[in-house]
Amino acid sequence: MDSEVKKRLLHEMLFARRFEERCYEAYVERKIGGFLHLYSGEEACAYGVLEAAKVGHDYVMTSYRDHIHAIKCGVDPKVVMAELYAKVTGCCKGLGGSMHIFGVEQRFMGGYALVGGPFPLAAGIAKAIKMKGGDEISICFLGDAANNQGTFHESLNMAKVWGLPVLYICENNLYGIGTRIDRSTAVVDQYKRVSGYNIPSEQVDGQDIEVVYAAAQKAIEHVRSGKGPYFLELMTYRYRGHSMSDSNAYRPKEEERMWSKRDPIIMLRDRLIDAGELTLDDYKNMDTRILESIEDEVIKFAEESPEPPLEMLEKYTLVENDPWVNGGSK
Amino acid sequence: MSEIMFWEAIRRAHDEEMSRDPMVICMGEDIGVAGGTYKATNGLYDKYGPERVIDTPISENGYTGLGIGASYLGVRPIIEIMSVNFAWLAMDQIFNTAAKVHYMSGGQLKAPVVVRSPGGTAHQLGAQHSARMEKVFMGIAGLRVVTPSNPRQAYGLLKSAIRCDDPVFINEHELMYNMKGEVADEEFFLPLVGSEVARPGKDVTLFGYNISVHWCLQAADILAKQHGIDAEVIDLYALSPLDRQGIAASVSKTHRALIVEEAEPAVGVGSEIMAVINEECFYELDAPPVRVSAVNVPIPYNHTLEKAAIPDAKDVVKAVLKMFGK
Repeated sequence: MDSEVKKRLLHEMLFARRFEERCYEAYVERKIGGFLHLYSGEEACAYGVLEAAKVGHDYVMTSYRDHIHAIKCGVDPKVVMAELYAKVTGCCKGLGGSMHIFGVEQRFMGGYALVGGPFPLAAGIAKAIKMKGGDEISICFLGDAANNQGTFHESLNMAKVWGLPVLYICENNLYGIGTRIDRSTAVVDQYKRVSGYNIPSEQVDGQDIEVVYAAAQKAIEHVRSGKGPYFLELMTYRYRGHSMSDSNAYRPKEEERMWSKRDPIIMLRDRLIDAGELTLDDYKNMDTRILESIEDEVIKFAEESPEPPLEMLEKYTLVENDPWVNGGSK
Repeated sequence: MSEIMFWEAIRRAHDEEMSRDPMVICMGEDIGVAGGTYKATNGLYDKYGPERVIDTPISENGYTGLGIGASYLGVRPIIEIMSVNFAWLAMDQIFNTAAKVHYMSGGQLKAPVVVRSPGGTAHQLGAQHSARMEKVFMGIAGLRVVTPSNPRQAYGLLKSAIRCDDPVFINEHELMYNMKGEVADEEFFLPLVGSEVARPGKDVTLFGYNISVHWCLQAADILAKQHGIDAEVIDLYALSPLDRQGIAASVSKTHRALIVEEAEPAVGVGSEIMAVINEECFYELDAPPVRVSAVNVPIPYNHTLEKAAIPDAKDVVKAVLKMFGK
């Protein structure tokens, strides 16, 4: 990975961090409603994997912690924020919300709020890719706790039996909502559970974007070359609670301190500084510009956008004007 | 016009649509090599191969979700769930994904899947293989629900459901796959909305759907021949959305309504139709509407008790006579 790419990724990850922290503020101000799950601390997972993928070509989906995956896939941060503000200019016209960001044009196939729900959906996308004969792959990001759902086992089994081009990324942040993994899960190392389905898997440091990128390249090569599914476990940590309604009281402060020393953004920044590719001032300027752009472009757009009209309430319940509802045109 | 069995009608719709469009696939337990529990996909595996006629593991939520995911990219899966009792396991994907993804994506995604599944009480299958779940499906916004009562409808509704961009649940019946009926030889499509007048009449409307249409027709014969009551039978092949105008039109003509359902009464087809009658044509009624439903029990294994748990034509006749004070 050359230094220009690293600098760009540093910028992207810092943008992601500031975007999420700004969401936090907007939520406290009650500009954002519902549930809000923030990605701060886990940035190297999405950015490392999707840097190795072909965004806009490969299909991506994830859980409800989905803003940043959508942005890395190419969904405009303005329309993501507008969606969080429940505005008609949002990617889902204000009908989805934080947990349901979609950018189908960018092949970001959605955020889903049922833990484990995307496992079979991503396998289905892979089935469609296989039928159509394309070289795209289906990438599904989910947390460690999703692996205790039946869909994990059902989907891994089907993906292997049918040789589907699907890459499962486990963002293992050690907690399922507020319950630590070793209190809820018999086998703590998630990549080991996959061996029961004869699917290749690996566990790597999810805080070091270069490590994630290298592991993702290998995984993607496997899937894209037609060898079937792959499972990559990324060890990571979220800085905030599970959602905004979670005070995070269940985590030992010492554990939080330890992980904060392994911040994916600071690690990459210091590496660039050590290599003489970046100065601390460069970084501070970058941060200032990002903060400004979030206020001046992203927040301003969301604030100034209109609400969806009431006529939209029923518009998308069923597909409008489908001729086959009436038995076709005949 | 040919007389064919219910399963043959379903098979014909599969075959025609699969031969027309390579994106139409079917999937489910034992539907391929084994030919399908009710033969509805018999022979298709040999014709279209394992990539399009997919024998799934016994993972209802998993393969239903997989079909939904494939449908995002233009695949048109026809998912057979072997028994509606197992559809509970797939309810997460049907309810949380298929029915909602078009809405929550602001119209960006569609999930054009067909889920077919037989329910109903058959021959001593016991409590866990005798569920009637249509009332559950018809309460889900974002899902279409149809339920054929004869081979013609089984063919024509499935044809339209496959091409429709909405997710469609087709409620079939374990006892009806060998039922014979006339089906036109030329290709045709039936609307996924509306209702049919199965028998015109002027004195009372009997509302049925799926198997209960036949109980209504038998009852109407008895009522006409033995009691001089001319019953109209309305076949509600579309349960969601319901044909509110059709229901109101018939009640406005006969001024009496009786709903016959195989399921338990609470929160059901009957209670929903009564609500529609109240909302659309209450002042047309000459008598309170009545529903004939199953007894509110898990279905017993014992044959006599099983029969006692669900209604039949005699129960319908009895209820109509009571309504007329006879």
